[in-house]
Amino acid sequence: MPEATFLDASELLINMGPQHPATHGVLRVKLKLDGERVLGTECIIGYLHRGVEKIAENRTYQQFAPYVDRMDYCAAVTNGMGYVETVEKLLAVEIPPRAQYTRMILAELQRIASHLIWLGTHALDLGAMTPVFYTFREREEILKIFEKYCGARLTTHAFRIGGLQYDLYDGFEKEVVKFCDYFLPKVDEYEQLLTQNRIWINRTRNVGVLSGEDAIAYGVTGPMLRGSGVKWDIRKAQPYEAYDQVDFEVPIGEHGDTYDRYIVRMQEMRQSVRIIRQCVERLAPGPIFGKVGKVIKPPAGEVYHSIEAPKGELGYYLVSDGSVNPYRVRVRPPSLINLQALDKMAQGHLVADIVAIIGTIDIVLGEVDR
Amino acid sequence: MTDEKQEPPKAAEGAGTPVEKPAPESGGATTPAKPIGAAPPKPPAAGATKPSVAVAKPPIKPEPWSSPLLDELLGRFPGAITEAVIFRKLPSLNLAKEHLVAICQFLKSPEGGAYTLLTDQTAVDYPQRAKRFDIIYHLYSFRRNDRLRLRVQVGEGETVPSVTSVWLTANWLEREVYDMFGVAYEGHPDLKRILMPDGWVGHPLRKDYDILKQDEAWVKTNLGIESAQ
Repeated sequence: MPEATFLDASELLINMGPQHPATHGVLRVKLKLDGERVLGTECIIGYLHRGVEKIAENRTYQQFAPYVDRMDYCAAVTNGMGYVETVEKLLAVEIPPRAQYTRMILAELQRIASHLIWLGTHALDLGAMTPVFYTFREREEILKIFEKYCGARLTTHAFRIGGLQYDLYDGFEKEVVKFCDYFLPKVDEYEQLLTQNRIWINRTRNVGVLSGEDAIAYGVTGPMLRGSGVKWDIRKAQPYEAYDQVDFEVPIGEHGDTYDRYIVRMQEMRQSVRIIRQCVERLAPGPIFGKVGKVIKPPAGEVYHSIEAPKGELGYYLVSDGSVNPYRVRVRPPSLINLQALDKMAQGHLVADIVAIIGTIDIVLGEVDR
Repeated sequence: MTDEKQEPPKAAEGAGTPVEKPAPESGGATTPAKPIGAAPPKPPAAGATKPSVAVAKPPIKPEPWSSPLLDELLGRFPGAITEAVIFRKLPSLNLAKEHLVAICQFLKSPEGGAYTLLTDQTAVDYPQRAKRFDIIYHLYSFRRNDRLRLRVQVGEGETVPSVTSVWLTANWLEREVYDMFGVAYEGHPDLKRILMPDGWVGHPLRKDYDILKQDEAWVKTNLGIESAQ
């Protein structure tokens, strides 16, 4: 943290947000400035708090499933997947392979879609206008697949506790493979625009540096942790669904700066395509629903389960008292916990870099505030 | 996967009591540590890498947990751990409040398993119990690749020692528990509400915070009529 100048009067407190285009929602940040240099930040959150955890206690297990889509609304499929898997873990049911691979395909497509929103808006924040048009164009193709599968584009409620509600539509595999073929060259296209771009490098290199130790101390997970050089991905470390059956790399960064996190996410999109292709190959006809009754009454007990959501570790902690309603549902949101590291990353940077750092954390305020 | 990762024993039944049942008596904090060391350590089942839940009847209640780490903890902190159970492959320890920070520091250190990541911290409210709040910590160790749950029980108006000195993550998480449950932390650098507005009355995730009553009260004070709910 840089020394404040000898004149106390130069320390300035300014407010950023909650209505600010670069805070990606209703995030309010109080900036303590010395001239244009940031001495410290304080996040004020809760503007989008809807009491999701309280709602859960007043719903049955199935009724709550659509609500989780509304937390990270840029990645509803993975949110839903985390929740249904947690309930399945509590019930100790196994779901058939066809449902597992379908879930993985949709979840990886969702990861790509989420990263595309991140890339487009992050680049837009830093003054690169073009990528956002490209990324939303590709994201649209993913949303079309979602819509064809389950009728919804954003808050999909794609999975059910125990498996899937709908089997795949005819031609799903072909469309997914077609998307993969179409998408990979597009990632190269984004990289052509940004990776070697001098302005992009100047705006992101050595901005918001977070060392591996700091990242762990702040509980940061997901691409942010990997950007800091910690090779940890829940899909590898504690595989769920059938992630132990597929082959993929976990990209990591070196310096833990905004540029490295950018590279990590770009690589992750390519790895997601790789996973999707393998899953499509393994899709075999079969049942899509495990042994779960119409009324879900799990045994009394508690369970914690987490998945690698696009933004980091998304965990659910369920406490059951043996009735049809969960006694307590706790969501461990990656965005909230990653956002806590903002203060550490922002210190000593310029105000303009705050925009870059908020962008690189990849927050969704629906998930921060729940 | 590490060697200490264990499959839940299939046969043993009825040893551990489910801690989360809202029991009318004073809760598990003062009960003696009866399940500890009761079951002999079982060798991991064959094919421990693949979860084999569907093979046998899955356990429906928590079972006693035994591990070298637990023995180490029992040796170093006598009387601090009141219960150690495992359910759905996640071990859970009940701790006495006084030892919380010391145990956390030990667990974070390399000899204590290097639980460097505080994944989550939250609370559960059991209003019938004398010590109504469970404060829950989920830890993760990169070295061991496993998770551990810690639980501290506190009553209304009691404070909990803050673990912000151990894990920086705890800062916002403890603020959230304070906001939602009204549990105060001792030694927290900046304990204030995080999600609800500063002037909010009540703590929403308490079980006696009824959403219908909230609605009725709001309609009555702001509109001056009876709520239709």
